[in-house]
Amino acid sequence: MTPLSSQATPLDTGWDIEQKEVLNALGRRQGIDRWFSWLALLAVVFSLFVLVVLLVDVLIDGVPVLNWNFFTSFPSRRPAEAGIISALVGTIWVMVLVALFTFPIGVGAGIFLEEFVPDSWLARAIEINISNLAGVPSIIYGLLGLQVFVRILFPITQGRSVLSGALTLALLVLPIVIIATRESLRSIPSSLRQAGFALGATRWQVVRSHVFPLALPGILTGVILALSRAIGETAPLITIGALTYIPFLPDLSLRGLQSPFTVLPIQIYNWVSRPQADFHALAAGAIIVLMVILLLMNATAIYLRNRFQK
Amino acid sequence: MVLSKKMLRLGYSSALVAMMASLAACGGGSQTATPDAGTTETAAGSDLSGTVLVDGSSTVFPISEAMAEEFGAAYPNVAVTVGVSGTGGGFKKFCAGETDITGASRPISQEEIDLCAQNGIEYIELPIALDGLTVVVNPENDFAQCLTVEELNTIWEPAAQGTVTNWNQVRSDFPSAPLGLYGPGTDSGTYDFFMDAIGADGESRGDYTASEDDNVIVQGVSSDTNGLGFFGLAYFTENEGSLKAVEIDNGDGCVAPSAETVADGTYQPLSRPEFIYVKQSVADDPAIAAFVDFYIDSANANLVDEVGYVSLPEEINEKVVARFENKTTGTVFEGGSPIGVKLDEAL
Repeated sequence: MTPLSSQATPLDTGWDIEQKEVLNALGRRQGIDRWFSWLALLAVVFSLFVLVVLLVDVLIDGVPVLNWNFFTSFPSRRPAEAGIISALVGTIWVMVLVALFTFPIGVGAGIFLEEFVPDSWLARAIEINISNLAGVPSIIYGLLGLQVFVRILFPITQGRSVLSGALTLALLVLPIVIIATRESLRSIPSSLRQAGFALGATRWQVVRSHVFPLALPGILTGVILALSRAIGETAPLITIGALTYIPFLPDLSLRGLQSPFTVLPIQIYNWVSRPQADFHALAAGAIIVLMVILLLMNATAIYLRNRFQK
Repeated sequence: MVLSKKMLRLGYSSALVAMMASLAACGGGSQTATPDAGTTETAAGSDLSGTVLVDGSSTVFPISEAMAEEFGAAYPNVAVTVGVSGTGGGFKKFCAGETDITGASRPISQEEIDLCAQNGIEYIELPIALDGLTVVVNPENDFAQCLTVEELNTIWEPAAQGTVTNWNQVRSDFPSAPLGLYGPGTDSGTYDFFMDAIGADGESRGDYTASEDDNVIVQGVSSDTNGLGFFGLAYFTENEGSLKAVEIDNGDGCVAPSAETVADGTYQPLSRPEFIYVKQSVADDPAIAAFVDFYIDSANANLVDEVGYVSLPEEINEKVVARFENKTTGTVFEGGSPIGVKLDEAL
């Protein structure tokens, strides 16, 4: 304060006023800053609170039913004897197949669109369409799957089979995988590509040995997040005719692909809507299992990302 | 290059781990698939093999599941699968020839009859159980002991929308309290049947809390002191502590819903049959015929009761068995509603 006022004698009073105003404004701005951080914290606490309430509720209901029998039994009319083996195995079958279908097709399409296609109106039209497809309600994919995979491709899929279900879910998550792949490739600096081209490398060589390995962590994260969406889907699978009660498991062979199936979300939905409270506890148990699988998948995504980033 | 090879290997090994996990899970399952097989009738049943595709109503599902479970114990080589597409969705698949048996919580409709005829699908209609739609109120509600069918119509008819909002509009000596309504969604067979039965011509007011999950209706009515809702009898018997069933007066005095009043036909007009429809062209298939015989065998009627429905009275069940034996096709309801139709006479 003193050094300023001593220099400018004629504007002495003016300086004081201005400085006061600045200090006031600063106080106000810092006040808003604090308020905002409090509000943001409140939002976090609120959403965490909802999550914790849901988790605790499910855990209280579901943990008591988690025993060996629960994992190794087929569904039953008697809650005490019912288990999730057919739904759990069905979910694993479908998820493995969805991963096998979506990874090469989705990542391939993403690389092609991002690295190989010259920027044209066609490329932009495709890009917009893919983004739109990512927002289409899942039941629409179910209707598509019913017509194409269950009915038209019946000789290959044998109707309402593991293969039909996996192909339908693969369609559902493909746009997400393609978008994630493109985002991830876009984050690689173009100087890297140019350096490769300058040394005489072909586009394929640049992509294969430089761009793709660097983008892989992001791509894998995208793929696994897409699979996490697929694992919770019920509507499209019910539409294509996934079953609810199956007393056997798919063969571990190519014929298993044509076997009827059910998945955890369908089993959960069925148990939740039954009148007996014991079935609701079973549903909570199955929710815990589904949640653990989901967390494991996300943990794998994080692990792979960290590993490849080194 | 070296880096990418490493990654490739890691990619394969992680895929392998996933495969092994599914292998292990499957292996564990197939061991447990057969322990019950050796209990009853194995000698007679084990030769029979085949598949039976059942789909249809979610209301009938618990019965079909129980039947499939017990049938599977007796005939371990017959694979019975049960889906839940809803009554309407089930008929669509059934009339397209995609399923062998479809469950229905109402008789086949005229549109569905035409669709089946178009595709040349003939069917055998078999009533398999009874259910009583139960009107419930909150336990603190001490005035609505008994409601007439007309009063239910007053509450639910389309014209009531926005106008009938207070209990004292239902009956003048009821106290003034806001009316909270809960019911199944318009897609369900339960909704169709209830609205037909109370004379609302299959349609209702739109301003009620609708849910496809009957447990949500249970929650709604048990937490709303002025609430009223309806659903199948099993949802009431499982929640007797938190709900009160309303007696229904169809002109002959008040009748409370129970397994007895549903079975003897006195709980009217809200008692309804549940059906399975069997595709006629496969009714001679040994596996399917065995499953249907098992399903309608009066010795297995206890399964129907066990999952919360009312088994058919003996004399009606005999007619159902005869109907399947003679492979009588077509419906006895001609696309109409089963309300007031005495099953006994119709069959």
